[in-house]
Amino acid sequence: MPVSGYFHSVTLDESLCKGCTNCIKRCPTEAIRVREGKAHIIEERCIDCGECIRTCTNHAKTALTDGFERLDDFEYKIALVPPAFMGLWRPNGEGSTALAALLRLGFDQVFEVAVAADVVADACKLIIQSGKFARPAISSACPAVIRLMQVRYPTLIPNLIPIEAPVEIAAHMAKKQAQQLTNIPRHKIGAFFITPCPAKVTAIKQPVGRQTSDLDGALSAAMIYGSIAKVLSETQELPKINLYGTPRGMRWGYAGGEAESVQPTSTLAVDGIHNVSSVLDEVERGRLSDIDFIEAQACVGGCLGGCLMSQNPYVGKLRLQKAAAAFGAGEQIVSLEEARQLYEQGELGFDTPIEPRPVMKLAPDLSRALEMMKTIETTVEMLPGLDCGACGSPSCRSLAEDIARGRALTTDCIFLLRERVRELAEEMVDLARKVPPAMGQQNDQPKREGGGGVPNDG
Amino acid sequence: MSSDKKNAGVFTLEFSVNGMDFAAAGDVASTIKRTLQQLGLDPSVVRRAAVAAFEAETNIVIHAYRGSMRLNVSTRGVEIVAEDEGPGIADIDLAMQDGFSTAPQHVREMGFGAGMGLPNIKRCSDELEIESTVGVGTKLRAFISSP
Repeated sequence: MPVSGYFHSVTLDESLCKGCTNCIKRCPTEAIRVREGKAHIIEERCIDCGECIRTCTNHAKTALTDGFERLDDFEYKIALVPPAFMGLWRPNGEGSTALAALLRLGFDQVFEVAVAADVVADACKLIIQSGKFARPAISSACPAVIRLMQVRYPTLIPNLIPIEAPVEIAAHMAKKQAQQLTNIPRHKIGAFFITPCPAKVTAIKQPVGRQTSDLDGALSAAMIYGSIAKVLSETQELPKINLYGTPRGMRWGYAGGEAESVQPTSTLAVDGIHNVSSVLDEVERGRLSDIDFIEAQACVGGCLGGCLMSQNPYVGKLRLQKAAAAFGAGEQIVSLEEARQLYEQGELGFDTPIEPRPVMKLAPDLSRALEMMKTIETTVEMLPGLDCGACGSPSCRSLAEDIARGRALTTDCIFLLRERVRELAEEMVDLARKVPPAMGQQNDQPKREGGGGVPNDG
Repeated sequence: MSSDKKNAGVFTLEFSVNGMDFAAAGDVASTIKRTLQQLGLDPSVVRRAAVAAFEAETNIVIHAYRGSMRLNVSTRGVEIVAEDEGPGIADIDLAMQDGFSTAPQHVREMGFGAGMGLPNIKRCSDELEIESTVGVGTKLRAFISSP
């Protein structure tokens, strides 16, 4: 694990970036600048939400994921399939065939994350019902939301439910099960997530709330979708795999499903990173303390709307709901009582505190920051306020901040630059009009205010 | 570096707020929060100041005709001053009680005017001063000191 520096799944393919400014405006933490014709991500600010990947029309923003070759490092390979993945397939049972196709692609076992979602839902319920936890309790299932809170809502960190995301618990369960089944040592068992988004990749490579992840890698759902489609078209008969996820666990794939499965008395579900921000603003103002539980998902549509999902999230939701109703397991593998035991033994919780990340801070000491803030305010006054993005910063205010931080110049603003050029041009014209006294007339001299110069009437 | 020692460390921002402009309600508080976060103040100070600013701002929107807000930040802490032209508060002690509200029904239907504004500001601040003249307006000063 990197000790210093950040790992990010969201990354830039420089060869495809045209240096347009679409992505910089959508970033919820203002983490992107365009410099020398290419987008640059400010590493410490990026929360891997994937908003820029969705926005980029040139597909220059991509998510780093693992390839199939990572599987070779392990003797026994487990594919962890998120509930949302089942929304990619037609509701005639194609989903369970697709899981069987994963076994042809090099995996030895398929484990549904929906199974662990039931456990997490039960644990969340226990925490809320205890009445001892901060209200509203905020779900910690979406890693991009956790990172957004570290950066922008540090005082709400105590409201985050201290339970691992279902995928981590699924990895733990699947590895334990595989070890018992095969007697293969734990370090030779690999667990790979079929990921709908870059945030989950980052959560594996650089976890928040725990030292290390139980997962060994993440493969893009979009990539896997293509590989499975190929297997399905080439193979006539594939067995159907029984699903062990319950309809309740499978709901976690779509926005609102998590809240439905936790079933608190009073709940709020929000999706889309900018919508999440405005709800968290309300929480911070103390306006939502009558709510028990908040489900917050960075992607519109929930995990089905992840930027590595090849399906429209609304169609996906319909398919997922139908698949859950028709093929979902009747009973939870882990009962509520067992979930309670796991929770009480600390098996489901974080092992590391979640710390604030004050990356918006201008300077380490307040007096310096106050000086910088004054510079920012005077600069903002000068700037046109059009937020055009041509300078490479997302708004006039952020340009002013970049200037105060010494990362940009006032002339980066094309309007101020044009103004300067105009002034310079006028000065040049003025200078060009000046004629040495030996050559010129007296009335070639510019008039001086109140100087009583000779009237220039030709 | 600035030679003006007295004002060197004080940072001030001014805002104007319009009565009944619910679309913009919260904008000032958001800017204040963002500013304080960038200044790197303690997260709990930022939160308390943001709440106090939000309540003071919505009070102007709900009750007053127009008003202004001022943010002063120094190493000592954060000061929020809200001044308005409006109906004023007849009984400040009553207005400080939880749930007391004179907000009209249509405002409450928008989710505002629950009678928690002034009590919330009081809870969030270390010093609170309110001066009000019925028929003229109200001036509020809240101070949140740095830990």
